[in-house]
Amino acid sequence: MNDIPRVLKIVEVRMENPMVKTYIFKGNLGAKPGQFVNVWMPRVDEKPFSVAYCDDKEFWLTIAAVGPFTKKLHKDFVKGSKLGVRGPYGNGYTVLKNKHIVLLAGGYGAAPLYFLAHESVKNGCKVEFIVGAKNKDLLLYTEMISKMENVSLHIATDDGSVGMKGYNTLILEKLLAEQNGSSDGHGIAELFVATCGPEVMMKSAMDICEKADVPIEVSIERYMKCGTGVCGNCCVDGLGVPVCKKGPVMRGEMARKISGLAKWHRDNVGLKINW
Amino acid sequence: MNMTINFCGVTFPNPTVLASGILGVVGDSLKNVVINGAGGVTSKSVWLTRHDGHPGPVMMGTQNFYINAVGLPDGGIEKAREELKKYMEWNESQPEEKQVPLIGNIVAGSIKDFAEIAKGMRQIGPDIIEVNISCPNVEDEFGRPFAHCAISAGAATEIVKKNAGKIPVIVKLSPNVGNIGEIAKACEASGAEGLTVANTFGPGMVIDIDTAEPILANKVGGVSGPGIKPLAVKKVWDTASAVKIPIIGMGGVMTGRDVIEFMMAGASLVGIGAGVYYRGVEVFSSVVAEIEEWMVENKVANLQNIVGKALKK
Ligand SMILES: Cc1cc2nc3c(=O)[nH]c(=O)nc-3n(C[C@H](O)[C@H](O)[C@H](O)COP(=O)(O)OP(=O)(O)OC[C@H]3O[C@@H](n4cnc5c(N)ncnc54)[C@H](O)[C@@H]3O)c2cc1C
Ligand SMILES: Cc1cc2nc3c(=O)[nH]c(=O)nc-3n(C[C@H](O)[C@H](O)[C@H](O)COP(=O)(O)O)c2cc1C
Repeated sequence: MNDIPRVLKIVEVRMENPMVKTYIFKGNLGAKPGQFVNVWMPRVDEKPFSVAYCDDKEFWLTIAAVGPFTKKLHKDFVKGSKLGVRGPYGNGYTVLKNKHIVLLAGGYGAAPLYFLAHESVKNGCKVEFIVGAKNKDLLLYTEMISKMENVSLHIATDDGSVGMKGYNTLILEKLLAEQNGSSDGHGIAELFVATCGPEVMMKSAMDICEKADVPIEVSIERYMKCGTGVCGNCCVDGLGVPVCKKGPVMRGEMARKISGLAKWHRDNVGLKINW
Repeated sequence: MNMTINFCGVTFPNPTVLASGILGVVGDSLKNVVINGAGGVTSKSVWLTRHDGHPGPVMMGTQNFYINAVGLPDGGIEKAREELKKYMEWNESQPEEKQVPLIGNIVAGSIKDFAEIAKGMRQIGPDIIEVNISCPNVEDEFGRPFAHCAISAGAATEIVKKNAGKIPVIVKLSPNVGNIGEIAKACEASGAEGLTVANTFGPGMVIDIDTAEPILANKVGGVSGPGIKPLAVKKVWDTASAVKIPIIGMGGVMTGRDVIEFMMAGASLVGIGAGVYYRGVEVFSSVVAEIEEWMVENKVANLQNIVGKALKK
């Protein structure tokens, strides 16, 4: 019941792309793929970030510079700097054993799904990893993914600068269709999809999976403060539950009950904003 | 066995009430709290216009205490209208015995604004209006809360009462005063129909010793949770000794036995805030089951009869 920030040292900072850096911390966080932590910058603020990798010695956070907190982080925090971390919070993705799974990532969603891929492969899964981005420069984690055993990487970019041109959900549709007719013993009934990225992308993946009758888990992002289901800022319409606690990862059937899914979220005072 | 409580003429199916500021941002969240067993729900404190609150960390807990300085963030009265109406419509669609009253909590920085926000809340039409004159973590912005002075507390009560129409008005007091009975009497004399005892204690502070930095971005915050329970019970006792109007007691309530304790000290209803952190939103149904167990064991047929039992001896 102690959720006081632990002050931890950044042992390495990795440039991922012009917008994104990965911060590697020493320590045993004990997180599962899909869980997140609150990062505390003393006297500034505290913000939620997904765990991009975790073992008993270190964990990674992959962070895009988008606003005051994350830009300050990129600018002022280097190897050797310290930050407060609390968590892990929320629930994670289901890590299956000996299954054929498809991961669909958009934006920094590739980071938490990398962690899921890692754990799934350890469990004997075969992984199709679809990564999408606006263009080649904004792709994330693709080099590491391409080196993983039992993982096939599929890339889509909006401008076609690498991989398929167009939405990454087209690749998902294609893979599900192929699997449907496959005879490798991993029929479609065996497939499982996990996705993380822009809500519009995840919603369209949910529709594709519903049609194909394939289970899917999504990660719902809302403005979070406490991370423990108390403040109520991340409660979603329809379900009424705080996604920091009953999510961020949830089954597609549950996510469907969120009113305003892929349409609106809320700001720091609970006012609705369109995605 | 009867667990219903009549408070200010409003019927609560059980004495547990969601305290203001917890899970109260979204209308459907209040509904979820009711589905999890609460006998009443309170909105987050509503301002006339948008109010941003403090940066994070805004709260943290240990096994002994909870501390927060959320800074009363809120989207303003129009947002409250949409969210609270949504809850009220759902509640009205439920069978009567399952309906759970809504308490609309309002806050303002001046007497003039209290008049406006009271009017706004009256138009929304919750079962009860609760006036927050006691938040300890916006002192930088607004100075000492009204609840620290009998004259100011009375003035805030009077102006809200004048603008609240027929809706019962209750005032949420600060425990951080030496004379809570005097403040309570001033509110009663100014027309308050009930009191909420109390808001968080302090303010307090938690310092991270690795960085030598206060953890809350606001540096200080209101203290609640398990450790404050005996202090809060005494505040309820002192208030109940001073006034005739009914009380919502709160501060560190975790179990059904805690609820009974507050009721024996003089509370008719009992609020749960930090309890949601320690036991999840399921705390309400667990606490209600624990109260029921206690009633059976002690052959109490009507829960309302225990209100003030320890006080009257
Ligand atoms: C469960 C979860 C996991 C996340 N994982 C990652 C991650 O792995 N990598 C990453 O780069 N980002 C992640 N984010 C988003 C990250 O929290 C925001 O980008 C960050 O808070 C922005 O802060 P800022 O001050 O830099 O920008 P701002 O200008 O304040 O905000 C930019 C955007 O971030 C959103 N945001 C701001 N504060 C919060 C908050 N407290 N909670 C949620 N959203 C917020 C705003 O709504 C806005 O859309 C995650 C968010 C959640 C809820
Ligand atoms: C996170 C948090 C936010 C709160 N926000 C408000 C608020 O907006 N308005 C208010 O009147 N009280 C607020 N309070 C005070 C509670 O309603 C309650 O009076 C206090 O926490 C004591 O109860 P507890 O020990 O059960 O938490 C808040 C308390 C907490 C913990």
